[in-house]
Amino acid sequence: MSFVKLTTSALAIAALSATTAAARDQVQVAGSSTVLPYASIVAEAFGENFEFPTPVVESGGSSAGLKRFCEGVGENTIDVANASRRIKEKEVAACAENGVTDIIEVRIGYDGIVFASDIAGNSFEFTPSDWFLALSDTILVDGEMVPNPNTNWNQVNTAFPDQPIQAFVPGTKHGTREVFEDKVILAGCEETGAFDVLKAANGDDKKAAEKACIALRTDGKSVDIDGDYTETLARIESNKDGIGVFGLAFYENNTDKLQVATMGGITPSTESIATGEYPVSRPLFFYIKKAHIGVIPGLKEYAEFFVADEIAGPDGPLSEYGLVADPKLEETQSLVSEEAVLGGNS
Amino acid sequence: MTDATTPSSVPAMTPLSGKGSLLVQDARTRKRNAAEKRFKAYGVVAISIGMLMLIILVFNIISRGTGAFQQTFVTLEVPLLAEKLDKKGNRDPNDLRKVSTFGYAPLLRTAFEDKIAQNGIETELSPKAMAGILSAGAPAQLRDFVLADPSMIGTTQQFEFLASSRVDGYLKGRVSRDSIANDKNISAEQLDFVDKLIEGGSIEKRFNLAFIIGADSSDARPEAAGMGVSMIGSFFMMLVVLALALPIGVAASIYLEEFAPKNWLTDIIEVNISNLAAVPSIVFGILGLAVFINYMHLPTSAPLVGGLVLTLMTLPTIIISTRASLKAVPPSIRDAALGVGASKMQSVFHHVLPLAAPGILTGTIIGLAQALGETAPLLLIGMVGFIASNPPDSIASGLLDPNSAMPAQIYEWAKRADPAFYERAWGGIIILLVFLITMNTIAVILRRRFERRW
Repeated sequence: MSFVKLTTSALAIAALSATTAAARDQVQVAGSSTVLPYASIVAEAFGENFEFPTPVVESGGSSAGLKRFCEGVGENTIDVANASRRIKEKEVAACAENGVTDIIEVRIGYDGIVFASDIAGNSFEFTPSDWFLALSDTILVDGEMVPNPNTNWNQVNTAFPDQPIQAFVPGTKHGTREVFEDKVILAGCEETGAFDVLKAANGDDKKAAEKACIALRTDGKSVDIDGDYTETLARIESNKDGIGVFGLAFYENNTDKLQVATMGGITPSTESIATGEYPVSRPLFFYIKKAHIGVIPGLKEYAEFFVADEIAGPDGPLSEYGLVADPKLEETQSLVSEEAVLGGNS
Repeated sequence: MTDATTPSSVPAMTPLSGKGSLLVQDARTRKRNAAEKRFKAYGVVAISIGMLMLIILVFNIISRGTGAFQQTFVTLEVPLLAEKLDKKGNRDPNDLRKVSTFGYAPLLRTAFEDKIAQNGIETELSPKAMAGILSAGAPAQLRDFVLADPSMIGTTQQFEFLASSRVDGYLKGRVSRDSIANDKNISAEQLDFVDKLIEGGSIEKRFNLAFIIGADSSDARPEAAGMGVSMIGSFFMMLVVLALALPIGVAASIYLEEFAPKNWLTDIIEVNISNLAAVPSIVFGILGLAVFINYMHLPTSAPLVGGLVLTLMTLPTIIISTRASLKAVPPSIRDAALGVGASKMQSVFHHVLPLAAPGILTGTIIGLAQALGETAPLLLIGMVGFIASNPPDSIASGLLDPNSAMPAQIYEWAKRADPAFYERAWGGIIILLVFLITMNTIAVILRRRFERRW
């Protein structure tokens, strides 16, 4: 009986003290699942090399992470949000509304987005127009926008094999989706001339035309994957005709199951992305609450460690895992050490 | 589950005035007997399908997961060079700390160069590529060793390092020379080098305790990941659940069953408890996030919050099973106690409750086992991610410091890119299943030994 009493009272004390707990002593990070592997590698090395405890890194997607980031200032809010895209003005405004005003933006490097299919299947050499013609809701045929009639890849481009179109693209909560829309579908829309037609139809409204461009077909040829790349991989393993959108690092860890397609004739690799030859890449970021620096122990050290040459540089563990090192890393380093905030007046 | 034995077939019934014989069944009897046989056959088929599925599942789990319990180790003699580790030569711990794990990596390259020179191994690999067969955690292992005992600087020590996940996969048959054709993490030359080291006895695969007791690791080193810390997280959550759900659940059921008046209010409560038992667990997660974290400001990712959420989930299970076992105690016991002058409370606590205890315990253990395997609510309170990396050092830190739980850890591993994590996810399932089977077995044993029938 005494054990039960002991644990109950210990619990009660713990619960009470939790509400008035002293400063949280580890950095808390949440956000993009693309950045998660890099953040976890840094967190682990940080815990090994510093006296601070290993930071906690959660995933959940860029938007979800930034939403939590903007919930307010204080110990039970996260210190750092990882994002695979830049923070939106809308989000900055939401942050400001909750008192999160000084945000430090840190660009850690670039990530390539690759198109990969089953290793035993056909190989592909894509251009953005191919993807637009395969996946868009409406395409341009004889000067008119019609619902997408293509069912097989050889209808999209005669050089392609006769294989049914089946694409697994990231869901809308992923930052990857935005890059896919921007750099592939929208680029294809412009290349095929559909953009100009849509722009004319929308009374020269560029935004509306862009929105119409990136509307994907909903007849099941394009499937949104809300989970992680492992889910996309599982879909491709069960449907050999499927072509999935992956991060470069994920593909490089699964080269025995996947073959990668070229884009515009360029094979994706850290080198071709670093030089900018491979077109589909995006910067990765993390955002820090300046108000938490000095309150949460180790926060600034974590940020500085993240962008240090030995971590995020071209020979560091992040680049080994698949991150494309930022050629302007030095600027980022000084930005972090100066704690320069977004919209920077300091 | 009746004890009465049923005859295997209904004896032939023949009308007295009919022309049928006692030895020949008439059409109607045959039909009824056939129906019974068919029903039994359906039952056997149903059970066989269930068993088959179970066997497939268990076979799958075991064949995929056992690999995680073994790990490949590389034995290596590493010279702890003073000029690299202690440039000032004063062995001051603060100066030693300044040498990061990156400063230790060159030692491993030197160690491999020494190794091939000593053993006459021919290879065209660069020292960096040779060191690439080791886990990315090897420099940290060296650093911890040196910081723990700075007097070792200057000596040459023998270490056992984990091999990288690709090398480990090669020894386990997951990685072959064909499968790494496009892999930039390992080359065929490195595998040749590994083959030579295996011949020399420096690389071997054996049981890996660290998988069971170790902490989670980052995506760069799946070979080092373990379940241990998340197991502690699960343990603290179960402690919270037990300490809260058992007393609250039992008190609530005793009151409802023995003392509460039977009216529309208690009816509504009863319906709601049954309803609550059927609510999807993710709903409790949302509730937990809103109430415990956003309103009460308890820390995120803490086992305390996880335990509170799981308590909400387990309470209905415990209340329902406790009420059932209280109901099973015959009224004559209560009447007898009241008859000799015991108060209502005495009759409940001295007679009814002890008799119902085995049933209550069984219900509690099954409720706990359910809570142990629950993942969904933990997603929302921040217990999934790269979390379980610091073992807690006290009860308070066990309750309040960020931690994961076993099922959440398995979910997290299954999501990661490196296939080596996939193997560990299956291994984690085996560990979790062992816990669940143990708990359920205890529940069955308790019921068998202490349950009384009237």
